[in-house]
Amino acid sequence: MAEGTFGNPQVVEEEVDILIIGGGMAACGAAFEIMRWNESAGLKIKLVDKAALDRSGAVAQGLSAINTYCGEHDPADYVRYVRNDLMGIIREDLVYDVGRHVDDSVHHFEEWGLPVWKQPGDEGKKLTEGGKPVRSGKWQIMINGESYKWIVAEAAKKALGMENIQERIFIVRLVTDKNDPNRVAGAAGFSVRENKLFIYKFKACLLVCGGAVNVFRPRSVGEGTGRAWYPVWNAGSTYAMAAECGAELTMMENRFVPARFKDGYGPVGAWFLLFKAKVMNGAGEDYNAINGHLIKDEKRFGKYGQGVPGTCLRNHIMLNEMREGRGPILMDTPTALANLAKNMTPKEVQHLLAEAWEDFLDMTIGQCGIWAGENIEPDKRPSEIMPTEPYLLGSHSGCAGIWVSGPTDVGAPKEWSWGYRSMTTVKGLFTAGDGVGASGHKFSSGSHAEGRIAAKAMVKFALDNKNWKPEMSRTTQELVDEIYRPVKTFLEHKDYTTAIDVNPNYITPKMLQFRLQKIMDEYCAGVSTYYQTNTKMLEICEQKLEMLKEDSLKMRAKDLHELLRAWENYHRILAAEAHMKHIQFRQETRYPGFYYRMDYNFIDDANWKVFVNSKYDRNTKKWELKKVPYVQLVK
Amino acid sequence: MPTFVRTDKCDGCKGQDKTACMYICHHDLMKLDKDGSETGHAMKAWNQEPEQCWECYSCVKICPQQAIECRHYADVVPLGGSVQPLRGTDSIMWTIKFRNGNIKRFKFPIRTTAEGSIKPYEGKPKADASKLDAIEFFTPNCIHACDRSQLVNG
Repeated sequence: MAEGTFGNPQVVEEEVDILIIGGGMAACGAAFEIMRWNESAGLKIKLVDKAALDRSGAVAQGLSAINTYCGEHDPADYVRYVRNDLMGIIREDLVYDVGRHVDDSVHHFEEWGLPVWKQPGDEGKKLTEGGKPVRSGKWQIMINGESYKWIVAEAAKKALGMENIQERIFIVRLVTDKNDPNRVAGAAGFSVRENKLFIYKFKACLLVCGGAVNVFRPRSVGEGTGRAWYPVWNAGSTYAMAAECGAELTMMENRFVPARFKDGYGPVGAWFLLFKAKVMNGAGEDYNAINGHLIKDEKRFGKYGQGVPGTCLRNHIMLNEMREGRGPILMDTPTALANLAKNMTPKEVQHLLAEAWEDFLDMTIGQCGIWAGENIEPDKRPSEIMPTEPYLLGSHSGCAGIWVSGPTDVGAPKEWSWGYRSMTTVKGLFTAGDGVGASGHKFSSGSHAEGRIAAKAMVKFALDNKNWKPEMSRTTQELVDEIYRPVKTFLEHKDYTTAIDVNPNYITPKMLQFRLQKIMDEYCAGVSTYYQTNTKMLEICEQKLEMLKEDSLKMRAKDLHELLRAWENYHRILAAEAHMKHIQFRQETRYPGFYYRMDYNFIDDANWKVFVNSKYDRNTKKWELKKVPYVQLVK
Repeated sequence: MPTFVRTDKCDGCKGQDKTACMYICHHDLMKLDKDGSETGHAMKAWNQEPEQCWECYSCVKICPQQAIECRHYADVVPLGGSVQPLRGTDSIMWTIKFRNGNIKRFKFPIRTTAEGSIKPYEGKPKADASKLDAIEFFTPNCIHACDRSQLVNG
């Protein structure tokens, strides 16, 4: 076949049985599990990733803790914790399933070489040998996690074989089956290195491309734009591609607004949990002690503020201080370290300080850069805390995502399971990790375990459909034209003006992203309105997003790098639209501290203790939303 | 904190089969300027979109020449500080230089096994094809003990 050019890419078509789209923890879990089952099944399995497996996904930089390890606790207790933090509405069948499977993945990480901290006396003793981990919270264990992803990827690569992995392929579009519109038959994308377009046909695929970052205008808008809390390359591709394929989404109104060290977004968990640090307002007051009663208001917060407050409610108390002009919020690191040092030798204190720095160096190196640049030493000076811009995700402390089939043995309603665990409402389309909605707090380890759970179900699906042949509902030429449209647009119009970036015939992906972020920030409860919105603001948001979606067809790509950005930003628009529609539909404020519907500024369990599910029609560009009853499965 | 490439150190990974920083960057930021037409420095890499840099240091850690460093975001951080790692096979060393000249050094373990030594299925049972419908993974004892009395319909 002729070599492709920028304007006319070479088309590579391939048929496999199962395609894994993505390279993060869920994809690596799937790779590890699936190839063992495939020894007898003999299926053709392939993984495609827009990055490189060694460092792709949210664990790329490393982590200082594994946030989900049940250990001595019962999985039912894990469900209670997740339910409480996510304000009462989760799929308890899915969370329970992650809880009972997750420890096995953690045990494998340690076996493969991940250093897991142990209690004094248990050093060198593995978790499986009864070694007691260092807990930084009820569910978290501490690790030396700089190479966490590197290690997990090595196991996945060895299992899958490099011949079945293609890196730097960005899948941008799923294609339904010609004879069954509710079935996925293929996927299409392009290489970001060569002028090649790839079309895969398959029986099943695992869509695991992370959450959605940079949908909202970030607090830092210059060079600091890249310092998102969640990985900046998570472009909502999972949600957008699933939605456009007709899959039902769930809880897309949910978001996560982490309160983190200001600007660098360094983790606060170890400071709270391990070092027992307290936060104070600008006047040095323990505002949680003074104003913590705010969330006890049952008319507004129901019973949710009575016990251990969920993350959003803690944000609410913090935001109240900021709104009332009592900022900045400060983490009192000197007092915490001084208190700990009271019963320690100077050497132990040094060790503790090193641990504090490692917490950043393992997962948010940029925070060290800020402390180094501002001469902040945590034992001498407190540091500012700030709630970030909103993020959409399903694996960390949020539960946006796709509605999937659950396990059948934990007492869930029968309509929550349709034959194949982890399959979406589209036949053959599976997801895990950030892709699974209504099931947060699985984090890195839970995402790996969930990838493994999905892998098994996909093998079963592929075997049950052994003789089925995928037929694409769209022609190769249609896909080429659509995917390379930004390139064609650029080549056609580039000579109309003298300035390459200013041209009435196209919009750069960067400017489109700025427009999206401005719309979402100003109308859909971003930081500039203190996370507040209302019916009228959402109506304007809706109109502006529709025009933005129309204009997305005029994005230009002057090179493959910009083609990558163009499609990432298209995915971001879809993820943003789902988020906005869900917030619009849910007439209450379920997550105060994450967002406020000011015209329904209260939790309304009587009417809204339900899932909100949505379905997108790619042809009419319309969303349909509905309530789905919540059912409690764990006492 | 975008990364930058030092002209005196980068050799474009001439001796390797691929440009390490280009290979590892998840966000497709690092680019080899083969003929110098983009940067004026032929056969050297550069960060083509610094405002999208997550400061994950993957390129810094992987660079065989230690040619990549970070200059903290100009729109946020005062000049003069630096954070530089040296990643080995079993540990990583960090040097943190503060704006005021203070220096901190840390060394942390990163893995307990040799790189490339993982044998994912060694010593593990084969998967039992008849158990494809069961909840268990192929690995033994993989399901956590469950007190089913905690379930509403247990």
